Amino acid sequence: MRLTQGAFSFLPDLTDAQIAAQIEYCLQQGWATSVEYTDDPHPRNTYWEMFGMPMFDMKDAAGVLQEVNACRHTFPSHYVRVNAFDATRGVESVRLSFIVNRPPEEPGFGLIREEGAGRNIRYTLGRRA
Amino acid sequence: MNAATQMSLEAELAESQVADVLDELDAELVGLAPVKSRIRDICAFLLVDKLRSQLNLNSGAPSLHMSFTGNPGTGKTTVALRMAEILHRLGYVRKGHLVAVTRDDLVGQYIGHTAPKTREILKRAMGGVLFIDEAYYLYRPENERDYGQEAIEMLLQQMEDHRDDLVVIFAGYKDRMEQFFRSNPGLSSRIAHHIDFPNYTSAELLAIGHLMLKQMQYTLSREAEAVLREYIELRQTQPNFSNARSIRNALDRARLRQATRLLAQRDKPLSARELMTIEAQDIRASRVFAQAARGSDS
Repeated sequence: MRLTQGAFSFLPDLTDAQIAAQIEYCLQQGWATSVEYTDDPHPRNTYWEMFGMPMFDMKDAAGVLQEVNACRHTFPSHYVRVNAFDATRGVESVRLSFIVNRPPEEPGFGLIREEGAGRNIRYTLGRRA
Repeated sequence: MNAATQMSLEAELAESQVADVLDELDAELVGLAPVKSRIRDICAFLLVDKLRSQLNLNSGAPSLHMSFTGNPGTGKTTVALRMAEILHRLGYVRKGHLVAVTRDDLVGQYIGHTAPKTREILKRAMGGVLFIDEAYYLYRPENERDYGQEAIEMLLQQMEDHRDDLVVIFAGYKDRMEQFFRSNPGLSSRIAHHIDFPNYTSAELLAIGHLMLKQMQYTLSREAEAVLREYIELRQTQPNFSNARSIRNALDRARLRQATRLLAQRDKPLSARELMTIEAQDIRASRVFAQAARGSDS
């Protein structure tokens, strides 16, 4: 099952040139970019592992793309995403986040049924083995 | 065909607006004839290369890493800034910013600290020009465990891998740079352009002084000009002379003395002309003259 989180996730995977163009846009807006990865893409797992430090003062997308490729190389079967953080006063949050690498096979999630007190049935998302 | 090529060279030149930068270079940088001619060569080569690639002729991206050698104050940093702009206009680097660093920014303090630090700087310089001032400090032969070597190796690798993303300029004093390149032959062979910055002559230094004053909106009185000429002659023979930088410092101090002089006669009304003019006595008070006098006495 294809993971649909972040921007562009309903589109076909972005090519490197498209990723570079998106990063270029972020840098033009003055946003700081960072690369993150995870093997647990549960929708409630907001904080992925950081790959290196967030990148400030970048002028060109080539440097960020280099970091993206390094992360893909290190974690070929993890999810990798690029975040763009807007530090403008009053915003101070992530403006754009998109997935740039997916594992070859995406297991997706399973619905886990749990019986609670008073014969209540609860459902939750779980990782499919 | 012939006419077409000619046309497009002209069009290319006009489009890139390189001519403007070159004219600025001529107008704002005094002297430095060998440097300017080399920059012209590089410009011409890049233009021709661009045309060649338009006609599908083979045009491997030329290596543009450079080394600027010369005494202090000969304009290495200034030219590097201009270089970034020229390369940007020619479309050789995408952004045309200059990242100026020294050893401290590249080399770490403990094992494993150097590589991330250097990589960080290299990432920031992508799409622009990386200017490494006093590059010879990167290599310390007296300490074999020095981390500088690691930074050099990373630089070398990135200079090859990201040739179209990055231009690296090494700068420093001539003799020490030569020694640096001798001990790092791999580095020397990857640098296509070794440009030497000559010392300025007294006339050139005077012209530079005028240019600086013009930028700061000051003028010299006629006597002051003669004194400045004398000052330059004397200063050149004294130790720690650093060309244009010494002139800038001398003029800054002259401005201070001018301000003090004007303050001393505060009861008189001042005209704009007086506020702008540096008099002979402002320069004459410099310790350079005192030292020269003492030197001739003894």
